[in-house]
Amino acid sequence: MSRDDGAGAPAFEAIGLTRSYRLDGGVLVDALRGVDLRIGQGEFAAIVGPSGSGKSTLMHLLGCLDRPTSGTLRVDGVDVATLDDAGLAGLRNRTIGFVFQSFHLLARTSALDNVALPLVYRGVPRAERRERARAALEAVGLGHRLTHRPSQMSGGEQQRVALARALVGDPRVVLADEPTGNLDTRNGEEVMGLLERLNEGGVAVVLVTHDAEVAARARRQIRVRDGRVEMDTAEADTAEEADA
Amino acid sequence: MRTAEALRMAVEALRVNRLRSMLTMLGVIIGVLSVVILVAVGTGAKNAVESEIAGLGSNIILVVPGQVGLGAAPTQSRLDLADVAYVRRVVGDPSKVTVAVNSGEPVRVGRVEVFATLTGTDENMPHVFDRPLRRGRYLTETDVDTRRRVAILGAEVAAKLFGDVDPIGRQVTIAGVRFRVIGVYETVGSTFGVARDQEVHLPVTTAQRLIGLPRINGIAVGASGPDEIEPLRQRVVAALDARYPGEKFSAVTQTQLLGTIGTVLGMLTGVLAAIAGISLLVGGVGVSNIMLVSVRERTKEIGLRKALGARGRDILGQFLIEAVLLTTIGGVIGILTGVGGALLIRTVSPVPASITWWSIALAFGVSAAVGVFFGVAPARRAARLDPVVALRAD
Ligand SMILES: Nc1ncnc2c1ncn2[C@@H]1O[C@H](COP(=O)(O)OP(=O)(O)O)[C@@H](O)[C@H]1O
Ligand SMILES: [Mg+2]
Repeated sequence: MSRDDGAGAPAFEAIGLTRSYRLDGGVLVDALRGVDLRIGQGEFAAIVGPSGSGKSTLMHLLGCLDRPTSGTLRVDGVDVATLDDAGLAGLRNRTIGFVFQSFHLLARTSALDNVALPLVYRGVPRAERRERARAALEAVGLGHRLTHRPSQMSGGEQQRVALARALVGDPRVVLADEPTGNLDTRNGEEVMGLLERLNEGGVAVVLVTHDAEVAARARRQIRVRDGRVEMDTAEADTAEEADA
Repeated sequence: MRTAEALRMAVEALRVNRLRSMLTMLGVIIGVLSVVILVAVGTGAKNAVESEIAGLGSNIILVVPGQVGLGAAPTQSRLDLADVAYVRRVVGDPSKVTVAVNSGEPVRVGRVEVFATLTGTDENMPHVFDRPLRRGRYLTETDVDTRRRVAILGAEVAAKLFGDVDPIGRQVTIAGVRFRVIGVYETVGSTFGVARDQEVHLPVTTAQRLIGLPRINGIAVGASGPDEIEPLRQRVVAALDARYPGEKFSAVTQTQLLGTIGTVLGMLTGVLAAIAGISLLVGGVGVSNIMLVSVRERTKEIGLRKALGARGRDILGQFLIEAVLLTTIGGVIGILTGVGGALLIRTVSPVPASITWWSIALAFGVSAAVGVFFGVAPARRAARLDPVVALRAD
């Protein structure tokens, strides 16, 4: 699963990123107030912070689901401002895998077809899609659940299906918003283990979490508060290195 | 995304909501079904009338006193046999002019009695009209000149009075007078509601005496070819107008009848089809409605698909194909049931429903167009959904 990361461009590079929402009454809410962030290829970072601090907003921007109000964001070396909506969709499809807190699987669709969905929008032929989806499900230990529907699986299994879907397209980054939030400890543990294995294979993993224990398993912690990066262990590391 | 893929997704989505899809289709089915059936009935009626008119014979001109037209009151005839002779001279070929005097009388054989349409005519009738005999002979000039009491029976009259017995040479009693049967006509059906198989033909002279009036009801002229019809018609009308200044005579040709009836029935068919078309449109509104509900319901699904890389036009295509599939499947079911219904009508009722390919092609095309037209708004709404908002929706 390892890939050639020789391109050198970081997975994400954000400079002065802001995002404000205009409420119905015309009031502006600044969800992000200038985020500078650089996440390299193959990194494993956790974004933490209190509720309402802007974690999800940041995640949506990194995942190209949303556009910044101002600032520059480069994903895998591409400035998102240069892409139209279809271009963004293509970027999401090729470089990013999503894992959501509430799984977001298609309810009446088999695990196999759920996992194959990203490849549909890449124009991969059906037979190849199914083959790759089967391999991805096997990689998350669900080789025996191919034809099951989400309602026939446990929460942990559903999140593993979602994980298989995130990695089926060989993304550079997996973005996970509270991936263990709806799971018990054992299943959460299993999902974290899979994310770690994925990361060992060279895929950058960025996860949002409330859970200090989960955050601690990431090599880098980024703390967000009031729409700003309050603390970033990567910067601390570089500072230490500079001191030495 | 490929079209085949979009089609597979749409089929899947419709299958998942089977009951709702069926109910939504129902509007389209009923619309298409009524278009197909109503057009079939209208066309069938038109064809039937046209073949009745054509079945009379070819190139016939019917001369009657007064004004002929829809809604015109019948006029008391002032024509008599002298006028027939006059028209014969005008036309030039006496054998191509024949006459009719009509009356309804009971016809009896022993205890069996039927009510028949008596038509007094002459030996030229078969030269003008197409009226094949099954048995026996036509009237002759002598029959007419000598007022013979002879009769030719319509097929139904013969069957009712004589059953399987050959009527030729037997006696029938008409209005108390005994007649000898000299012929039986083939079955010809009815024209304009006139059941011609219930006619009994007598020599015109005999009929006039029986009725007690020296009048005739009409003169029929056979033209030698289609191009001859119009000039001949004008010549006959002009001659009669000249003979009876200040009175009106009409000469109607089969072409005129066909034209008038064709126009009326065509209009009727058009109106019926338009009404059915409106119900198809209502069905389309139903499709639009359900598609909007479906888009709202599947907001999360749409958000997810976008997150996974679906472009706006992928989503647009998916929902549009769903709508079009809904209406075209409905259209096909409507066509099949419509054709079935038309065939049923044809077999169990006297309405000669006739299925036309253009109505089927039109119904299919319109249902597909309805799908596109009414599917576009919901599909665009789906395509424009913001993935972040859509994924948050709960
Ligand atoms: N669509 C939106 N419209 C208005 N305000 C929003 C919207 N999304 C988020 N916000 C606001 O932006 C802030 C950050 O939200 P979010 O990124 O969801 O925080 P977190 O994920 O850290 O809990 C909050 O104050 C929230 O109310
Ligand atoms: Mg959040």
